[in-house]
Amino acid sequence: MTVAIRPQPGPAREYHFPDFVRRQLDNGLTLIVASVNKLPIVSVVAVVDATALGDKKGKEGTANLTAQALREGTTTRDGTRLALDLEKLGTSIEAGADWDSTVASMTVLKDRLAAAFGIFAEVLTKPRFRTEDIERLKAERLAERMQLLTEPRGLADESFARFIYADNSRYAQPMSGDSRSVSSLSRDDVVSFYECNYVPPQTTLIMAGDITIEEAVTLAESALSEWCGERKTSSVDADRGARDSRAIEIIVKPDAAQSELRIGHVGVPRSHPDYFPIVVMNAVLGGLFSSRINLNLREAHGYTYGASSYYDWRRQSGPFVISTAVQSEVTREAIAETLKEIDRMHEEEIGEEELTLATSYLEGVFPIRYETTSAIASALANLVMFDLPEDYYDRYRANIGSVTTHDVLDAARKHVQPERLQIVVVGNPELVKSSIEALGFGSVRTREVTDF
Amino acid sequence: MRIPIESFCLDNGLVVTLSRDNTAPIVAVNLWYHVGSANERVGRTGFAHLFEHMLFQGSEHVGANEHFELVQRAGGTLNGSTWLERTNYFETVPSNQLALALWLEADRMGALLPAMTQKKLDTQRDVVKNERRWSVDNQPYGTWWERLPALVFPESHPFHHSLIGSMEDLSEASLEDVEQFFRTYYTPDNAVLSIAGDFDSAEARNLVEQYFGSVPRGAGKPPLEGMELPEKFGETLRLVVEDDVSLPRLYMAFRSPVFGSEGYYIASVCGAILGMRRGSRLYRSLVREKQVAADTTAFTFDLAKGSDLLIVDVTARPEITVDRLQEEVEHEIDILVSDGVTQEEVERAVALIQTDMITALQSASERADRLSMFATLLGDPSLINEQADRYHSVTAAQVSEFACEKLGPDNRALLLYVPRPERAVESDADLIGATVS
Repeated sequence: MTVAIRPQPGPAREYHFPDFVRRQLDNGLTLIVASVNKLPIVSVVAVVDATALGDKKGKEGTANLTAQALREGTTTRDGTRLALDLEKLGTSIEAGADWDSTVASMTVLKDRLAAAFGIFAEVLTKPRFRTEDIERLKAERLAERMQLLTEPRGLADESFARFIYADNSRYAQPMSGDSRSVSSLSRDDVVSFYECNYVPPQTTLIMAGDITIEEAVTLAESALSEWCGERKTSSVDADRGARDSRAIEIIVKPDAAQSELRIGHVGVPRSHPDYFPIVVMNAVLGGLFSSRINLNLREAHGYTYGASSYYDWRRQSGPFVISTAVQSEVTREAIAETLKEIDRMHEEEIGEEELTLATSYLEGVFPIRYETTSAIASALANLVMFDLPEDYYDRYRANIGSVTTHDVLDAARKHVQPERLQIVVVGNPELVKSSIEALGFGSVRTREVTDF
Repeated sequence: MRIPIESFCLDNGLVVTLSRDNTAPIVAVNLWYHVGSANERVGRTGFAHLFEHMLFQGSEHVGANEHFELVQRAGGTLNGSTWLERTNYFETVPSNQLALALWLEADRMGALLPAMTQKKLDTQRDVVKNERRWSVDNQPYGTWWERLPALVFPESHPFHHSLIGSMEDLSEASLEDVEQFFRTYYTPDNAVLSIAGDFDSAEARNLVEQYFGSVPRGAGKPPLEGMELPEKFGETLRLVVEDDVSLPRLYMAFRSPVFGSEGYYIASVCGAILGMRRGSRLYRSLVREKQVAADTTAFTFDLAKGSDLLIVDVTARPEITVDRLQEEVEHEIDILVSDGVTQEEVERAVALIQTDMITALQSASERADRLSMFATLLGDPSLINEQADRYHSVTAAQVSEFACEKLGPDNRALLLYVPRPERAVESDADLIGATVS
């Protein structure tokens, strides 16, 4: 009735990450273009070296507010006109700032690119920053902060960052600011952040899709060559950890239907030489569906809908996090099983089968990741953000493939540190507190989520 | 934009659609079974979705979770999902692994039951209960997924009950249910298989025939009873729910024409005029001008039987009461009903929908899924290529007429979420920790 013999693969077809070229305009703006002629669309991404690390102390959220305010109007169009003019062309601009850049992006049909790009350039170089728009965006951010109080996943992620980073490290604070810092922001803060950071030498314009380098240069020169400004560099230490010993904390959500768990510690920067061994190690530990942690917590025990681990890659050391949500009654068991899996990664080399599952997956999905123009543009934005080599994507699969079981053991021993693990539980203390006290993470602190 | 489509049917009733695109060496396989939560029997809410989980627990020649492992080892991505009318399973793999993906799907279609055990069912039952806690019970507004259908469909209607299921019904599910459900619904004549991406047409046909050809036709499934619905609710339905949320939210639903009908395209354009992006009416009026809302969206459920739903959802700003929110949203809808829309608004909506459609079709997985959707729900995959024309032919007069007929007080359902009293705070909120022990 069914065919018993599992089929073997045929010969693999070659795949190359799309070719791309770089150009620089006279004003210092970098242009990167990848011509991909599959469908008549183009994705445009501007990457600006204007990051949340540029927020002044007490003014956290400036970078993100500035990025969002770009969409609120230009010197020639108010916010509504701007939205309508773009939407009539079937597109809209997304903009936001994170730890490593500000990104503005749009995807548009080829025959509407020229018109849309003119508006895109205007948004980037001639924002209006009306006070009432800034105030409305602030109010929207404050509404978001309120939402977080009842949203256990976001609450857990944010509480974890606050817990593992030292109070005065920028990474301890929310990327887009909290209600106090956002409330204190003014139009002047936005304008000065913009003037200081949004300059051509700190900006890369990326276009991917149905476009040639010549067309892109023509568009960029006609709309952006007047733009000027000097590069400013500054650096902030953002990633100091709070402590080097184990610690645990409960964030109280009295009626929680589950415990949201975050287990981990400060990780390593994106530029770390062990990047590829870490990626493969993490896939085995918690990155894949068939990872050790997910197969244990979900498939063997049914404690959770899913459990995963990740390194949040940033220019400085972002968090290494194991993330899951479990039935409250098994919180202690779920943590204990997770710790067991971490120990197992340290004790001996993984099997060859486990290694090849991770490496063949990462190598194989590579072409699947870049099916869309926006995914290709984002990949190129990553090169810019993390200052990766030009041939990074050409060498990616070979780099993954060369990781050995020994490299994985080494990466686990160096970069997953049981003695430094920090745990945050968002849940009901009555159901979890007494049981997790026995885990050996010291006294369990309870933290209320309070309003002010 | 038109995508190439070939379509054929095996002797056992399996409908197959093929769409070639060899720009990248990848291929997507997508299987729709024409069964969803609507087909569950009384006392077994959530079973179609629980069953979806069981399909990853192995089959005659595949071990538990081996399906996942083999696809990922092949360098592919995969998953499955359950909706009211269908359950889908999909893989995207390097093109030289097409045979593997087809073989895996055929093995579970042809011989799932030998691999089913009580222990696997018990574990997946726990997993699904945790999925329910995660996506519904422990998520602000999460219960809207079951409260809205319960509000807008009569109690006896197959769309009325919860998709994820109640804890009690999940507890009751037995191996016998698994067997019966499989024999009734997981048959080639109740499925559509789509393949999109880089493949050789003749080879793909041969593989499909080789792996699926011998799976026997089913005995037929029981018809869904009582699907027919009046075109409108006939009144304004309203339900207020106190929940652990920070801000009030309103879900407003209108009964609308079923997926694929001419009216569906008109309703979709109307929805986009109301709530799609920042140039939409609700955004401009409620978020930007009056500043009573923090965000707003509009969407359809894409149901093909009985009736579809057009839904707008609007979240209030912190200082806005739920009554004020309702009043402001209804005011906007009233204006739309009485004054209609302009040609310019229609053009904006259609331009956005068109870009979204082409952008989505870049992905082989998305293309295969939409082919399956058109073939399953409308019986003709080539209708996927008619969409653009159908959207472009929508006129302002049609949208105005639709709004006038279908968005009035006799066809509104309002589901309102309000913060529990202890949550109602006057000031901004923040995460300030007070260590208490």
